[in-house]
Amino acid sequence: MYNGGKITIAIIIFIIIFTSPIWTNWLNPQKAHKPEIVLPKDYKECIAETDYMKAYHMDLLNEWRDLVVRKNIRYLQKDGKPFLINGKKAEMSLTKTCLNCHNDKQNFCDQCHNYLDVSPYCWDCHVDKFNPLDVEQCPKRIKLEVNVEQNQEAKQ
Amino acid sequence: MTMDRRKFLKLTALATSLGIAGKPIYNIIANDTPNNLKKRYALVINIEKMLAKPEILDKCIKACKKAHNIPDIPNKKKEIKWIWKEQFKHAFLEQENEHIPESLKLSPVLLLCNHCDNPPCVSVCPTQATWKRNEDGIVMMDWHRCIGCRYCMAACPYGSRSFNFMNPRLHLKEINSNFPTRTKGVVEKCTLCDERIAEGKLPACVEVCCNDEIIFGDLNDPNSKIRKVLSKTYSIRRKPELGTQPEIYYIV
Repeated sequence: MYNGGKITIAIIIFIIIFTSPIWTNWLNPQKAHKPEIVLPKDYKECIAETDYMKAYHMDLLNEWRDLVVRKNIRYLQKDGKPFLINGKKAEMSLTKTCLNCHNDKQNFCDQCHNYLDVSPYCWDCHVDKFNPLDVEQCPKRIKLEVNVEQNQEAKQ
Repeated sequence: MTMDRRKFLKLTALATSLGIAGKPIYNIIANDTPNNLKKRYALVINIEKMLAKPEILDKCIKACKKAHNIPDIPNKKKEIKWIWKEQFKHAFLEQENEHIPESLKLSPVLLLCNHCDNPPCVSVCPTQATWKRNEDGIVMMDWHRCIGCRYCMAACPYGSRSFNFMNPRLHLKEINSNFPTRTKGVVEKCTLCDERIAEGKLPACVEVCCNDEIIFGDLNDPNSKIRKVLSKTYSIRRKPELGTQPEIYYIV
């Protein structure tokens, strides 16, 4: 092989550069940010099992949307009876039911959504009633993050 | 009775064609848009009473804006209207009587979506984002499904629909969190307060009218207040000649 030595060195250099993300991570381990969810303190009961909600809440919300808007069925039913939360009939509503208990959107919804890099457009229209700063601004995700920073600055 | 094969086949063909074409032909002949709804919600707006207390117009508009997060956009080309004021002579173009009281010609009238029995906006919507509800005749909107093509705005002869050219939240001073805002690229209009009716409340504009300036009711119930008022006094509707069967009645 002509110039065998040089080619071998070049190949080794190439491999080192190409795999640099992997071994820099080995040398200097930094754990990825894991979502930290804050659960509501005052409420223990959800409208469905936690595992189901984790996996399928978006399907559930879509189902609710169609029932409420298109079929005018407003209240949640389970086994033919109205579902009660704290003695009140639960509406099939993101703001009126979900957000009532999960009142900290930034530490609940946004935690996983940001971790998984999904930006649901629910909040383009539906209002996070406990965080007026979000409401004033454009609801795009980038702007939301700006808001979070502003919020933290305001708190400090 | 005996029948040869030829006659038998002819009769079969006739029966088949009647079976296939009968129903559509019947529909064409019998098309007088029968009102077969369980309920038929409508409004009666009493212009005379409204003029006696002109501040009520703004009160109605304000109540609606507050209930539905409607932005105040100063640019007329981009404004969002659910219920708004217009001069009588512009609102009722087809009323060609020249010598009506001059004061009436110039007086403001409340206009809103007419919740037509035969709504042209519904027929043109490509995604069924707008439709007439079977239970009460309200022309509803599903903002989740609207793609913003604005066919409905072209179709509506009353100008009752508005397009969101920008994020409406930029022009909202306060937000009612129990009702969503809309987003850029969506058409919106009055839904006769379907969310309030579902809770057993009156529409927001009706609620602030303490003196029956606007009456809400079910036209299919012969004992309802709205039917009694309509049977007592002559009323007019906007552009009835178009055949859309608007369900907002005006008493002059």
